[in-house]
Amino acid sequence: MTDTQTMIKSARKKYSADILEVETKSDKRVTVTIKPSSLVTMAGYFFSELKFRFIIATALHTKQGMEIYYHFSNDPAGLILNLHVVLRGEKPEIESLTGLFEAANWIEREMHEILGINFLNHPNLEKLISEGNWAEGVYPYRKEFNK
Amino acid sequence: MANQTIIPVGPYHPLQEEPELFKLFCDGEIVKDIKWETGYNHRGIEKLSESKTFDQVFFLVERVCGICSTSHPFAFANAMEEICELEIPNRAKYIRSIIGELERIHSHLLWVGLAGHFLGYNTVFMWAWKYREPILDLFEMITGNRNSYAMFRIGGVRRDIPMDMIPEVRQKMDEFRPKLDLLTGAVTDDPVIHARIKGVGVLTRQDCIDFAAVGPTSRASGLNHDVRRDDPYAAYDMVDWKVITSPQGDVYAKAEVRLLEMYESISIILQCLEGMKKEPEGDTGIPLKNVPEGMGTGRAEAPRGEVFHCVFTDGGYTPVRHKIRAPSYVNIATFKKSCVGQTISDATISLAAVDPCYCCTERMSMAYDYHNGKKTLSGEELIRLSQQKTEEIRKTL
Repeated sequence: MTDTQTMIKSARKKYSADILEVETKSDKRVTVTIKPSSLVTMAGYFFSELKFRFIIATALHTKQGMEIYYHFSNDPAGLILNLHVVLRGEKPEIESLTGLFEAANWIEREMHEILGINFLNHPNLEKLISEGNWAEGVYPYRKEFNK
Repeated sequence: MANQTIIPVGPYHPLQEEPELFKLFCDGEIVKDIKWETGYNHRGIEKLSESKTFDQVFFLVERVCGICSTSHPFAFANAMEEICELEIPNRAKYIRSIIGELERIHSHLLWVGLAGHFLGYNTVFMWAWKYREPILDLFEMITGNRNSYAMFRIGGVRRDIPMDMIPEVRQKMDEFRPKLDLLTGAVTDDPVIHARIKGVGVLTRQDCIDFAAVGPTSRASGLNHDVRRDDPYAAYDMVDWKVITSPQGDVYAKAEVRLLEMYESISIILQCLEGMKKEPEGDTGIPLKNVPEGMGTGRAEAPRGEVFHCVFTDGGYTPVRHKIRAPSYVNIATFKKSCVGQTISDATISLAAVDPCYCCTERMSMAYDYHNGKKTLSGEELIRLSQQKTEEIRKTL
């Protein structure tokens, strides 16, 4: 069993209530879908305990709602681990990861700005890239779907 | 705060990679805090990408950065090839690595030159930029362009490096090596440069982890990671080379890492040229039939650090979402740690040490008095302050 498979197995065992689905594309690409309420616990596990490096987060608007992929890198194994959450409902919100690492600061501000996702307990959720030249409450990366 | 002055560094130039404004909050000579503002020239490339076909996206992402214009197509190609499950021919892998390493050399030379200028070593600036020219000539010979090479496509590269071009590339590399020795000697043997950049702008290992810093910025703080080795792509696992690290975390360490990395780049290029000889000429790619629905993550080690692209596709002709993370996005934030507590004359080189976009750094504009708004220092004066400090050290040694 490879390192990645062992890691996934132990994470599944430890956080069985938090993990909804694991998609293993290869030993170097794994996506773990978790409950939004478990984000800080799971990100803390990968960042603080397993010493994964935070790369960035990707947010996108799909028919399911707002989806965020938090990308972590396990450099010794060349693994990219995507921590995936789906935020449903009219007002998407999720806990900020700035308490864990400073690197989450700017990208959360950016996601707040382009998609209107609210990050709870973020120290400074002001606009990052469009301050003063973009209307309030208009989110350029939101999409319209046929019902 | 009483008598605090704000020194704006920036803000922007339409041609630069990342327009930004740093506000240094200073108490006398000492930087007390730093604030970053951006968005002056936000081009919406991620959104634009959603309206381009996959082939067109290459030309778009090539323009994310003017200096490292191959690293974004590199990462995008890696992401798309993950979605399409393509394995490209070896010759294309070698060519990709050669272009990537040539780019690292010219980008690092550009940094060394500018760092020399900020410190008052204009000869270093002249040397480095002069030695960079033959590298750009090589790009012109191989790709037809000095910049924005348009070499990459999904499944391979657009142009081959013909066999008769190989000796010339090799010769240019052989000519460049003694020049690099000269530059490295100028930085590592000069006591004045040591006095100016050793112990300056220190970034600890923990700071790098916390800010998720990448590339020479984090490798100079002892973090041993490099995407080329950790998650190999192109021909990096087919050649011998080593990751350069340095534990100190100061500006000197960053300079050292970049200079030594150029030796590794020369070695990688020469090995790739050798490897190419065994591959059939013209075998530069495989055709792409269709792009299935999926998600692909691709990364490439740009001169400044890891470039990350995440692409979502739905089986159509364009990306559904295309996330781009350039290395400066995470590296710039580390200024909060490296500049605070320094003098203004040291902040110039500390800001430059991360290798952000040069135009930003070069456009250090002016200093205003916090209270009366009176202009006190011009951009040239700021650089002169830094150069004066070097001159004073030089006299005492």
